[in-house]
Amino acid sequence: MHFDSSILIPVLPEIFVLTLACIVLVVDLFLKDEQRIITYGITQIGLVFAAVIALAVAQPDTQVVFDGSYVRDAMSDVLKVAIYLVSFVAFLYAKDYLKDRGMFKGEFYTLGLFAVLGMSIMVSANSFLVIYLGLELLALSLYALVAFNRDSKQGAEAAMKYFVLGALASGMLLYGISMIYGATGTIRFDELSTALASPDLNNMVLVFGLVFVVVGLAFKFGAVPFHMWVPDVYHGAPTAVTLFISSATKIAAFALAVRLLKDGLGELQMPGGWEGWQGMLIILAILSMGVGNLIAVAQTNIKRMLAYSTISHVGFILLGILAGTQEGYTAAMFYTLVYAIMSLGGFGMVIAMSRRGFEAERLDDYKGLSHRSPWFAAMMLLLMFSMAGVPPTVGFFAKLFVLDAVVSVDLTWVALVGVFFSIIGAFYYIRIIKLMYFDKPLDDSPLTAGLDTRIVLSLNGLSVLALGMFPAGLLSICTAAFGG
Amino acid sequence: MIADWPILSLTIWLPIIGGIMVLASGDREPNATRWTALIVAALTFVSSLPLWFGFDSGTAAMQFVERASWISQFKIEYYLGVDGISMPLIILTTFITPLVIIAGWEVIKYRPSQYMAAFLIMEGVMVGVFSSLDAMLFYVFWEAMLIPMFIIIGVWGGPNRVYATIKFFLYTFFGSVFMLVALIYMFFQSGSFDILEFHGLKLTLTEQILIFIAFLMAFAVKVPMWPVHTWLPDAHVEAPTGGSVILAAIMLKIGGYGFLRFSLPITPDASHSLDWLIISMSLIAVVYIGFVALAQQDMKKLIAYSSIAHMGFVTLGFFIVFIIMSESGSGTGSGALLGVEGGMVQMVSHGFISAAMFLCVGVLYDRMHSRQIDDYGGVVHTMPVFAAFMVFFAMANAGLPGTSGFVGEFMVILASFRADFWYAFLAATTLIIGAAYTLWMIKRVLFGDVANDNVATLEDMNSRELIVLGTLAVAVMVLGLWPAPLVEVMDASIANLLQHVSISKL
Repeated sequence: MHFDSSILIPVLPEIFVLTLACIVLVVDLFLKDEQRIITYGITQIGLVFAAVIALAVAQPDTQVVFDGSYVRDAMSDVLKVAIYLVSFVAFLYAKDYLKDRGMFKGEFYTLGLFAVLGMSIMVSANSFLVIYLGLELLALSLYALVAFNRDSKQGAEAAMKYFVLGALASGMLLYGISMIYGATGTIRFDELSTALASPDLNNMVLVFGLVFVVVGLAFKFGAVPFHMWVPDVYHGAPTAVTLFISSATKIAAFALAVRLLKDGLGELQMPGGWEGWQGMLIILAILSMGVGNLIAVAQTNIKRMLAYSTISHVGFILLGILAGTQEGYTAAMFYTLVYAIMSLGGFGMVIAMSRRGFEAERLDDYKGLSHRSPWFAAMMLLLMFSMAGVPPTVGFFAKLFVLDAVVSVDLTWVALVGVFFSIIGAFYYIRIIKLMYFDKPLDDSPLTAGLDTRIVLSLNGLSVLALGMFPAGLLSICTAAFGG
Repeated sequence: MIADWPILSLTIWLPIIGGIMVLASGDREPNATRWTALIVAALTFVSSLPLWFGFDSGTAAMQFVERASWISQFKIEYYLGVDGISMPLIILTTFITPLVIIAGWEVIKYRPSQYMAAFLIMEGVMVGVFSSLDAMLFYVFWEAMLIPMFIIIGVWGGPNRVYATIKFFLYTFFGSVFMLVALIYMFFQSGSFDILEFHGLKLTLTEQILIFIAFLMAFAVKVPMWPVHTWLPDAHVEAPTGGSVILAAIMLKIGGYGFLRFSLPITPDASHSLDWLIISMSLIAVVYIGFVALAQQDMKKLIAYSSIAHMGFVTLGFFIVFIIMSESGSGTGSGALLGVEGGMVQMVSHGFISAAMFLCVGVLYDRMHSRQIDDYGGVVHTMPVFAAFMVFFAMANAGLPGTSGFVGEFMVILASFRADFWYAFLAATTLIIGAAYTLWMIKRVLFGDVANDNVATLEDMNSRELIVLGTLAVAVMVLGLWPAPLVEVMDASIANLLQHVSISKL
């Protein structure tokens, strides 16, 4: 059989990340502990290169390779670049944290890069099998990363929970996939949507399959009522890992949802009024926004609070997806990217506030931050207002576009529910601001974060404002990703 | 040609950029900071003057228009312009802000740069609210206004400031998010966020009523109308003097402005069918809140309640026109015009008077650190000049003829007579109740024997305080004696608005 090597071009980013992960693994073996910075350097430079390669292979038309199981399209280009850059920032924030706690080891980067590879594969998957492979590669790396601090009981417990529930979710997903395969005889997304259009299908089996797929998806997203792992994992994992999980993997989860639901099951007609998977997503979205926002109010630990806030943001992302229109996917993608930026900043602050032997995890640790560091208090203020969706920060526009999409498909009541819960959400975000600005500090020690963290964190905070002033650029990237 | 300059953009962005500069300069040189802030505020006022002098009061069309694409995918534009309704409010904003800066001059010792910066940024944002003609731009400014105010009350406020500021934030946020959904809904009906296009949008009565209620939630909280007024006394009492002034003088006006810019022209039929609701809420505010004010022990709280009562007049004037119109059968009857114009004059006049009243309390508070009426008495013996000013402003607050407070109230009461005797009767009770609570407070604070040693050692106003109160006194007097220029400016726009409102959209 003739092998055409040009089919490898669309998968160059993945090949590069895989090679990078192997190089890091091998190089790290020959490094002493004090030279570990080299591992870090290779990883970071590699991630930037990966982003450059992803940009270089980007082109307007869609390419499907490997017998239709792999796709490179406008959406995958954007999401891959975003994943590489977000991971880059996440690793940068993580460096000092890991150093201070004796976790600055090569394995972190190897596992991290494999997780990045898994996410890349998910983003570009064009069949159930490939998407499952990517998902498992990501999940297995994350299980290990959550338990990365092997002396931490909390970490081990979180990893165990994550593993058991994650395996269950994967099982559900696989079960759903098998049913859909049984009904349609294909696992390729493009073939699937043609198959679904034919009228003589066994709808019952398909509906069952769909339900299991959505359940699996909701688990991975952390949408209510499949959210139980989120707070425990966010809380138990080292903050450096939480940062990574909450930012980069949400982008991958978004890709998973779009590939499965839009590319794969978009054509599915459901009996009983609800259109396809929309009805299920409405329930998931409303529950996520409600439960996430309400329970976040009661948290005293900032990592848990941000975990519940993630759940509520997932609800908003689902709102965009369930609109099922071009604008809806665009808005959801915009929201996902913006959320990744905000979450990076939020957890980045947690890391910047912590130091050796002290984890700034309690909300009280943020008291009087404006006295200790006015600049970073201002950055956190921007991030919190952005998460609450107050203009002129970008978080407002993320919500606006999603609400726009929802109202455009005549689901105005869902939009009303969404804004109602965002009022509740505003409370716990402004509570952080209250602690930082209106309360007296509990300890006066200055922030010890390194220069690189400071610079990137400042850029991160300012980007929330800059994107809020000029959201059109990012929006047009997202629009282009869905062929608009 | 001066009208070709982007005057509105200048008035919005000059204070914002100036505020950021002041913020960046830090607190090392507090005096330089204060002067910079004052110069920026003064320049902003100067830059807003062409709006008044270059304004063509013969037309209802938008003037000083600036238009550029902002978020093209959603047809959101950077679209600014003013008419006779918004222009006086912009001038009011740029006029009050320098006074606030001067009033906080040496009083604010804790982080003066951030204090001044917050007010400057807020000034720009508020001008943005009044000049936006794109609904999303309006909403962005509208919400952005919350951030500096939240900080001002929370950082420089009184003992219970945290409760007050969070209550303020959540109340206003709650009101406005529903307006957001209404705006998005109309975007899909009209295809753009252009407010003027919203005006011409055909909507069914059900749609109109739902949209009207969404707007009402936003604007009623802001005005504030009974029964969603409870955040205001808390916010006012805890806010620093400057914060109270901006809140009362300008922020409350934004709610009233919203009714004229959104509710009335976009949902005229819903406004008509729900006018009884607004009129009753307004009358309750005028009468009941007046009595509540009578019972207050805290001067700031008393003025806060009196603000609510006065703003009741504004909403009464705006919505009484529907009754007049349905009785006279025409939209442009002078009675209707009188109501809305009275409401507008009342807004501007209240901007001056409430600012002055809060500044008066601030003068006392800076010396005594108490706002309790019981802690004072006989202030006139130690502070005669101040007492003269405070009596003057109190008279204006009570609606004494010759002051601006009289003009607006009188116009609204006159309009109410055209509608219904009993509305006018209830509204007119404010002349008695208002006089009662204001003058009784004056009597207890200023007159009588010197109450205690603290009062005995009070020093009269310094020149800084004199400048601030003197300027406001002139404004109150001029507007009271010669309101014609203000009315002329808004006449064409309001006539046009009423013409538009009188035509049913159904």
